[in-house]
Amino acid sequence: MTINPDQPILFSPLHRLQWEEAQQKTVILYPEGMVELNQSSAEILKCCDGIRNLAQIVSELEQKFSTTGLTNDITAFLEVALQNGWINQH
Amino acid sequence: MAGSTNINITPPRWLLAELTYACPLQCPYCSNPVDYAKYPNELSTDDWKRVLGEARKMGAVQLGFSGGEPLTRKDLVELVKHARELGYYSNLITSGYGLTEEKIIQLKEAGLDHIQVSIQASTQELNDHIAGTASFHHKKEVAHLVKKHGYPMVLCVVIHRENIHQMPQILAMAEELGADYLELANTQYYGWAHTNRDLLLPTKEQFEQAEQIAQAFKEKVAGKMKIYYVVPDYYEDRPKACMNGWGTTFLTIAPDGVALPCHSARDLPGLDCPNVNDYSIQEIWQESKAFNFFRGFEWMKEPCRNCDEKEKDFGGCRCQAYLLTGDMYMADPVCSKSPEHAVIQQAVDSAKATASLASDEKPLVFRNSRNSKAMSSVVDTAV
Repeated sequence: MTINPDQPILFSPLHRLQWEEAQQKTVILYPEGMVELNQSSAEILKCCDGIRNLAQIVSELEQKFSTTGLTNDITAFLEVALQNGWINQH
Repeated sequence: MAGSTNINITPPRWLLAELTYACPLQCPYCSNPVDYAKYPNELSTDDWKRVLGEARKMGAVQLGFSGGEPLTRKDLVELVKHARELGYYSNLITSGYGLTEEKIIQLKEAGLDHIQVSIQASTQELNDHIAGTASFHHKKEVAHLVKKHGYPMVLCVVIHRENIHQMPQILAMAEELGADYLELANTQYYGWAHTNRDLLLPTKEQFEQAEQIAQAFKEKVAGKMKIYYVVPDYYEDRPKACMNGWGTTFLTIAPDGVALPCHSARDLPGLDCPNVNDYSIQEIWQESKAFNFFRGFEWMKEPCRNCDEKEKDFGGCRCQAYLLTGDMYMADPVCSKSPEHAVIQQAVDSAKATASLASDEKPLVFRNSRNSKAMSSVVDTAV
């Protein structure tokens, strides 16, 4: 499964993204399961609002963290996210 | 003496709230204790709210509302609402019996995240026989309504000798119902399932065939449906990493408020499992004898003590060791390194011999109050 660069990316409504105070981590919650995220993964998923596409997410995060060259890392992570059903594109 | 000092105690992540032992179904593999009739008391709404709050504060985030049938609790919507306010991800683990569209909407509005519906078989006849209650068509209807109202839909089918041959039809049914997750739970032989083991345990050949079919299906539906396959541990070489390690992750609260490191733990001798009426969740988790009993590795006997896999499976399940060998410190006899491993083959042989008997020679013992009272020698329990 690969990311379609033109389509907006939506965090799956069948999952929940939540900051966990006790763990000091953002986690993905789903039926009987939980995935702990590192900070960069959490930042990427927070941008998956069903409006922005890949390029817009990259540009948003590069701006936010005053850096460049994030395209490959973000694409790779989003492909993992897509395979796991954490995000979708319709 | 089990238990040990200097163990790094991790906080609970999973809270299983067994709201009640009441259930309209009578499944003969129920994981509730066979003597549940001895424990008719149920925690009040306020007690549950306090328990949810205390466990959440420690870091619990996954919450299962279970039972018995949790829908029989009149305060379920209120508890779901409270759980959502606390930030739990709440799972309703239900037979679907008595679940109406109105209730599904109410629960959604209260903040319930997911509903897991159990179906006993792919045909009405077998489903209703196993459940001991006519429920097949309603369950399928409930599965549709769960989807319709935007919940992730988890279908749970407990697998045993009476339905294992239906594996292809069970998978087709899950697909037709649009399940997002399918839990194929090979029966774990505790509680009522242990009582009925001779009648429920399939042969190794049956297991292997069913597993192969499930595996092929898993590949076919990859990306659309996730399959949780609960391993049939009697046919494994190594035990399951039970509860992800004792007192590390899971906290079960029984209907009467007894806190358990594993839902069968109240059967273990000498643990003195604490009650939430007497202690806070923090005291229970960190200080109680029961939760410290099998933490770490100090309690282990050989061959576990010096086994290079002990950190992977923690010696397996304490309840299974006790149930099958009478010694809760023993290696889980499922492990081929266990000196008691032969009891597994004996169980398999005994089940195989029973399969050739006529059904009235050794009938299933259904899970209901009458049978529970008989098995717990309780003459009369006020409910």
